[in-house]
Amino acid sequence: MAMQFLDFEQPIAELEAKIDELKHLGADADINIEEEVSRLEAKSRALTRSIFKSLTPWRVAQIARHPQRPYTLDYIPQLFTEFQELHGDRMYADDSAIVGGIARLDGKPVMVIGQQKGRDTKERVRRNYGMPKPEGYRKALRLMKLAERFQLPLITLIDTPGAYPGVGSEERNQSEAIARNLFEMSSLGVPVISCVIGEGGSGGALAIGVCDRLLMLQYSIYSVISPEGCASILWKSADKRELAAEAMWITADRLRRLRLVDEVIREPLGGAHRDPQATVEMLKAALVQNLSEVDALPVGELLERRHARLRAFGVYGQA
Amino acid sequence: MTWFEKIIPSRIKTERRTRSVPEGLWMKCPTCDSVLYRPEVERNLQVCPKCSHHMRVGARDRLLSFLDPEDVEELGAAVMPEDPLKFRDSKKYRDRLNAAQKATGEGDALIVMAGKLKGEGIVAAAFEFSFLGGSMGSVVGERFVRGVDHCLRHRLPFVCFSASGGARMQEGLLSLLQMAKTSAALAALARERLPFISVLTDPTTGGVSASLAMLGDVNIAEPKALIGFAGPRVIQQTVRETLPEGFQRSEFLLEHGAIDMIVDRRDLRDRIASLLAILMRRSPAAADRPAE
Repeated sequence: MAMQFLDFEQPIAELEAKIDELKHLGADADINIEEEVSRLEAKSRALTRSIFKSLTPWRVAQIARHPQRPYTLDYIPQLFTEFQELHGDRMYADDSAIVGGIARLDGKPVMVIGQQKGRDTKERVRRNYGMPKPEGYRKALRLMKLAERFQLPLITLIDTPGAYPGVGSEERNQSEAIARNLFEMSSLGVPVISCVIGEGGSGGALAIGVCDRLLMLQYSIYSVISPEGCASILWKSADKRELAAEAMWITADRLRRLRLVDEVIREPLGGAHRDPQATVEMLKAALVQNLSEVDALPVGELLERRHARLRAFGVYGQA
Repeated sequence: MTWFEKIIPSRIKTERRTRSVPEGLWMKCPTCDSVLYRPEVERNLQVCPKCSHHMRVGARDRLLSFLDPEDVEELGAAVMPEDPLKFRDSKKYRDRLNAAQKATGEGDALIVMAGKLKGEGIVAAAFEFSFLGGSMGSVVGERFVRGVDHCLRHRLPFVCFSASGGARMQEGLLSLLQMAKTSAALAALARERLPFISVLTDPTTGGVSASLAMLGDVNIAEPKALIGFAGPRVIQQTVRETLPEGFQRSEFLLEHGAIDMIVDRRDLRDRIASLLAILMRRSPAAADRPAE
């Protein structure tokens, strides 16, 4: 598939187009252009490096939502072996905006749950653009309880614009579905490692993200409301999304500075979609490492630490 | 609060507060348009005596009218907001905070009090909706958890009156995480078998609805309160069709199984005291208002 470029990547796109053209030419002409191609490729890498060196938060948000960014189901077969998807909340439906199942990470049995966006239009509609409904969160909770019963550490991959706001969601009590997951995850008796791989959209993300270790891919975002939503409320115009993205501290590096994120996983030059295999390797190493650190703890101590971690969230003064 | 303010009955305080507002003695009910005598409405807990429309109540008045007048102690009042992100939109967050503090006389959007309900110990919290839309940031989360901690230490039940637009955007992810922090505290309360009664009042949406407010052992709503995850405007924009009549009102939630009961504000003391007496295995308390 041809690489898609974002607006701010246009200079890179032009250079890449030129390289492609030259390569094409090289195939049927007998002049030697290899030298020129490798010169341009080096230039393209340098240009990418300089553009990516100082990305604004809004540009990071654009990469986090890149249509070619790897999604949960792209990672799962690469990160795990023996994945078997488990479906349904046993009450109402199977929400395909959330996927989950049992698998092995480095040979070790685990439960994995993640939100899933769609790649093409048909799949996007089927997956509701990665926006779970209450039955999705209830399926996730069912799998978490299953994990607890069989002592499988839980790994969650977060990638959602948010929980779905619709009439049916309200009828089936979206609020309660999210709240119940927060309540149960706070005391789930197995290690929980969460990683934001794309968009961490508000309560819909947090509902599978109460954890012992929070990881974020370098160009993922995690926020209380989308930049557009914040801009339309506080600036009265969704066009101010760049300002909102800046003001809310949504990027991995900034959240690390607030000590809300435990580890930022570096992405390949140009973002995860430029080299998914390299991303998988870094993500897998981080998951294995973090899991080994908390998996050794007796469950009492694990929960004590999780409670202390949750208790400490917040910045306030004392009058 | 001085010792003197603590002992005077809430009604007197309410009147003093009202006098500073440059409004007359008469008001109009927004629902039935009846002209009402303001002190009478206040005595009636801001419920229209003609049509029973429930008007919004400030957090402090709410708590002082809910609790017995004796032995009231505010918890976590010294916890005050900061501006960790140096947030600014058209205004600085700092300035918005200052303005809200001035307008409401409160430090932040949640007030927590330990006191008594019909002679039995209790901790009650209430959201102040006129403080930045009752939004939940770090202070709301911390005060809430301190209230729960007090319950755990003294083996008391917890009641929270919610009225909030959701998480506070100006504190970014810190606000979102208060959803997890408050829910975790309620899980600790549940482990100790101490009851949590959630009273959802108009309006309760967003991150507050999707955390502490929906986690009551008993969920109670006041009549016709707007309660939901997403605001009606957001849903309208998403589904692009007109929303059903009464959508996201208390009665809709009761019908869909989200809440246990709808209770008139004037009956809340009696009903909650009775619920707690049964859950805490105590003998029944005398009713304030005889059953009609």
